[in-house]
Amino acid sequence: MSRAIRFAPLALLLIVILALVWRLATPADTTVSSKLEGQPLPVFQLAAAVPPKAALETADFATGQPRILNIFASWCVPCISEVKVLQGLKRRGVHIDGIAIRDRPQDVAAFLDRNGDPYERIGADPQSALQIALGSSGVPESFIVDGEGIIRYQHIGPIEASDVPKILKKLEEAR
Amino acid sequence: MRLIALLLALMLAQPLPADSNLPPAYWANRQLPDARQEARAQSLMEEVRCLVCQEQSMADSDAELAGDMRDLVRRRIAAGESPDQVRSWLIERYGSWVSYRPTTEPASWPLWLAPLALLLVGAFLVQRRIKLKARR
Repeated sequence: MSRAIRFAPLALLLIVILALVWRLATPADTTVSSKLEGQPLPVFQLAAAVPPKAALETADFATGQPRILNIFASWCVPCISEVKVLQGLKRRGVHIDGIAIRDRPQDVAAFLDRNGDPYERIGADPQSALQIALGSSGVPESFIVDGEGIIRYQHIGPIEASDVPKILKKLEEAR
Repeated sequence: MRLIALLLALMLAQPLPADSNLPPAYWANRQLPDARQEARAQSLMEEVRCLVCQEQSMADSDAELAGDMRDLVRRRIAAGESPDQVRSWLIERYGSWVSYRPTTEPASWPLWLAPLALLLVGAFLVQRRIKLKARR
C-alpha cells in the first residue's frame, strides 16, 4: 500500500473534525421560514378575539392596500414591546390586523388595555390552526400581505424599532 | 439574616410562563377511537419535526404548538386524508425540512446514493484484498 493511502483515514478524520468545529462555531440558522411567501393567504374565517372588535377573514385582505398581519398573544412577552412599534406604524397610516394565538377574550382585552391597540381587526386562533396553515412557528411573527391577499414578506420575531425602515420598504414594494 | 431572607426569597422565584392559559387542543393527547386511523396518525407524527423543539418529533414534544399540530394531524386523518397528503400539506408550508423522512427531490439524492456508493467501495476493497492474498 502506498504511503499516501495509508494516511487517508487520518486525513478523513481531520476533515470530519474541521467540519464539526466549523458547525459549532457558526451554528445553523434555526428559524423556520414560511414557504408561503408569494402565495395567496390560506382561506380562513376567524371569530373575533375581543368582541365587539371586528373579526378577521381572508376577504378582509382584498382591499387593494397592503396590510400587516401580526401573529401575537397576550402570554407572549416580546409582543409587549412589539405593540409599541406597531402603534408607531399605525400612526404612519399602516393597516395592521392581528391574530391572537391560544388566547382568551379577557386576556387579549387586558393586554390591549395595558399596552395599546394598533389592530383594526383581531381574529382568534385558539388552536393555532391558522398559524400552522400560514407556515408560522411561533409568536410574534408578521406577514406583509398585498392588496390582493398575496403574502409578500414574513418577519419572524418581534418587529423592533430598527426593523421599521425595512417593514416600510416591504410595504411599499407590496403596493 | 438579610442574606438568609434573600436566599429564601430566591427560592420563591417563579419562571416567567411562556405558554398560554388555554388547555391543550382536544386531540393533542387523545387517541382516535379508530385504532387503524390512530396508528396512521401516530406513524406520521413520529416523522414530523416539532417546530419549537426542533430535534424532537411532533409526537414526543410537549410544546403547545406540537400539541396543536397533533390535533390537526388527527383531525385530518380522521376526516379521511392519507398521512402522505397531510405530510405534503405541512411540507408546502414549512419546507421538506419539517419531515424526518427524506424526500426524493434532487437535493436529497446523495443521501439515497451514499449507502450504494459505500457498498461499492467496500466490495472494491474486499476484492483487492482477496487478490493480494491470492498472489502471495
